[in-house]
Amino acid sequence: MADPSPRSPRRLRPLRAGLLGHPVVSRLLGAVATLLGVAVLVFVLLRLVPGDQITANLGTEAAALTPAQRQALEAYYGLDRPPLEQFLGWLGSVLTGNLGWSGRAQVSVLDLTLQALPITVELAVLAIALSVLVGVPLGMLAARRPNGVPDTLGQGASLLGLSLPAFLIGTVLLSVLSYRFGFNPNGQAFAGLFDDPVRNLQQMLLPAVTLAIGISAPIIRTTRAAVLEVRGLDFVRTARAKGVGERRLQVRHVLRNALVPIVTMTGLQLGYLLGGAIVVEQIFSVPGIGRQVLLGIQQKEYALVQSTVLVIALCFVLVNLLTDLLYRLIDPRVRLS
Amino acid sequence: MRIRLALPVLIAGLVVAGCTPTASQVDGPSEQQGAGALVVGVTSDPDTLLPWTATQFQAVNVLQNVYGTLTEFDSDLEVVPGLAESWETSEDGTTLTLTLREGVTFHDGSTFDSEDVVHSLEAIQAEETAAVARTSLASVTGITAVDPSTVELSLSTPDAGLPSNLASINMAILSSQDETSALETAPNGTGPFTFTDRTPSQSLSLQRFDGYWGEAALVEGVEFRVIPDETSILAAMQSGNVQLSVLDDPLVAQSAGAGITIERTPQLSYHALQLNTRRGALTDQNVRLAMQCAIDRQVVLDTAALGEGEVTGPITSPAYRSDPADRPCPTRDLDRAREYLAAAGEADGVTITAIVSQGEYATSVNEAQALQAQLAEADITLELETLESGAYVDRWVAADFEAAVALNGGRPDPDGMYGRYFTSEGNLNEVAGYSSPRLDELFAMGRAETDENARREIYAEISGELEAQAAWIWLFTGYTYTATTEGVSGFVPLANGSLQNLRLVSVS
Repeated sequence: MADPSPRSPRRLRPLRAGLLGHPVVSRLLGAVATLLGVAVLVFVLLRLVPGDQITANLGTEAAALTPAQRQALEAYYGLDRPPLEQFLGWLGSVLTGNLGWSGRAQVSVLDLTLQALPITVELAVLAIALSVLVGVPLGMLAARRPNGVPDTLGQGASLLGLSLPAFLIGTVLLSVLSYRFGFNPNGQAFAGLFDDPVRNLQQMLLPAVTLAIGISAPIIRTTRAAVLEVRGLDFVRTARAKGVGERRLQVRHVLRNALVPIVTMTGLQLGYLLGGAIVVEQIFSVPGIGRQVLLGIQQKEYALVQSTVLVIALCFVLVNLLTDLLYRLIDPRVRLS
Repeated sequence: MRIRLALPVLIAGLVVAGCTPTASQVDGPSEQQGAGALVVGVTSDPDTLLPWTATQFQAVNVLQNVYGTLTEFDSDLEVVPGLAESWETSEDGTTLTLTLREGVTFHDGSTFDSEDVVHSLEAIQAEETAAVARTSLASVTGITAVDPSTVELSLSTPDAGLPSNLASINMAILSSQDETSALETAPNGTGPFTFTDRTPSQSLSLQRFDGYWGEAALVEGVEFRVIPDETSILAAMQSGNVQLSVLDDPLVAQSAGAGITIERTPQLSYHALQLNTRRGALTDQNVRLAMQCAIDRQVVLDTAALGEGEVTGPITSPAYRSDPADRPCPTRDLDRAREYLAAAGEADGVTITAIVSQGEYATSVNEAQALQAQLAEADITLELETLESGAYVDRWVAADFEAAVALNGGRPDPDGMYGRYFTSEGNLNEVAGYSSPRLDELFAMGRAETDENARREIYAEISGELEAQAAWIWLFTGYTYTATTEGVSGFVPLANGSLQNLRLVSVS
């Protein structure tokens, strides 16, 4: 790329290349570009969907509005401003920490998000923890003797987990437990983790299990494949020849070296979960970020959806960054390169 | 092997945590709100707390318990006194004098009087308020406070439907001292319950208002708990966490287990195939009649809605209910359908496009497909344009369709229900797609007539005219299902789906 500036290009170029070339800086720039792209995309997509907040609120009753009534409502919802002005106004507010106002809830979007996001993060972390705790040992067990009985069972279980949709697992769990055993913590008013930890964990149990069933499947498969690959490497044979015990060999040597793909897969799943496990949040009445977006879309609350999606995208980017950092921790080869 | 140990410990911990305090699961909410609080399961929280602009079912249900109206409906949807103790129409029908109830207070303690009525009705009339009931006051030309307990409404023409229109929650009387913007977060009405607090998307709580002018509510409070999925609401009722809910989906209602009582209430809202008689082949009355004769409504009801409902004519309110047999083809008649088509010069068949909403209500697509199959047997091709509900509403509002598979809300008074659709000046006439001088005349007569029996005859004639012209094709009305758990009694469901009777509910 030629530098358009005629003045002292030689002095500038190495400096710029050096700064931009730094992995952290380029990562951050990429993240900012991603977020901006998300902001534009969501803004445009929302306005391509037919209807606005007026028809979303009034339904077919909107047909009875007089032009003056419609004008009054457009001014109330800020729909009377040109799109570019709406976008820049919203983006400017977001940069100053004002995520907008939800007319439906009569609360600022920031407050809504601060309430919903920790709930989704908690649910996602619990679901991921459960699936790692189940998926990794099962994957290792399956890799022990490929095509053996545990392997076939593990493969079958993961296929089942992959093919059963969350809405089915969730509905069946909820219905069976509440009908047969009267057990339904999710029928109670939702309790925050710090308000009532016991009830909160009860309410998170079923949704986390439902999600974990689906997520542990790819983790089992990834673990199995990674462990199989590492097991065939020379250093494992050497370790075994040196007399390292089987359990220690499996965990310290094999698993540790197989961690990179497992962490990648887990990070990806966590990222998706932070986008809101909408279906599971609906079934179990968990007031998380997924439901916030869904309600926002249903009500055509533009600012709410734009800001919330931006927050979700930010979480996704952060999780990806953290995953990258984890590589450096668990694999010295990444650090060196 | 820490992993192997940690897993069972964690799961056991969660399960133990999940199983211990069964008692508090069952009556958790009552512990917070004192004994006797009622928990109502709802699929969504209100989208607004302003009664004048509320059309969402959940918002209306909450607000009906918080705000008061001049008149009210009893369980048969007959108009009974509310904040107005009585009313009288002048002999020429152009003055309605309302005598207000005395000793009524708002929740903030201020006294209700004629000034509040004038303020509210004038605000509803003002376009900048964007009140949805504005057209219900179209005949009102002047609102005067004669004294603190008397209000006089001057009318441009007699309006027999007005007392019924005043019972809508969209006509709620607000205190003249309140700013509407403040009421969005802190409602202040004269209803049997006061608003206490709300957690968006989670719950909204009301408390009994001891200063209510009528009989005070039996329960101490009501919590509307948001459970987005009807199946999950039923599960919460099964485990005793929710005591009352109004369900829409017949499949869900049928799956209720022991310990839950389901009561079916026929609805005012009706399923219809709306026809736009100003477009394409449908401008020909014979084509419309052919469609009407080709449809077996009972079969549509059976296949699309599990038979849960009743075949209906245009008017669904109990006092004015149309006779479903009073139509050109009371039962399906394919021969006559073909005759009508031939008379229209379309013996080879016609094609009509219908918009269908996906997701707005459970039965829409099934209904459309049942209609399509039946019409096909009469050489009428119904092309379905299935739209996401927002897109459907956009097209419907713009009257941009030939035909529309619709579920429309009904009203207790037939003038309020159809006057706005089928009179040439009606604000929904473009959407209705049909008007005629005869209908204009009949609706004007209905508005001017105060004698109940004479009104019934007029609306029977209107109903017959709508069917004879095949303005639309009316199909059926559905039910709503009030689910209550053991120990809940006294709730009276209404045909308009209203939860206004929550104050009569007791929980033992």
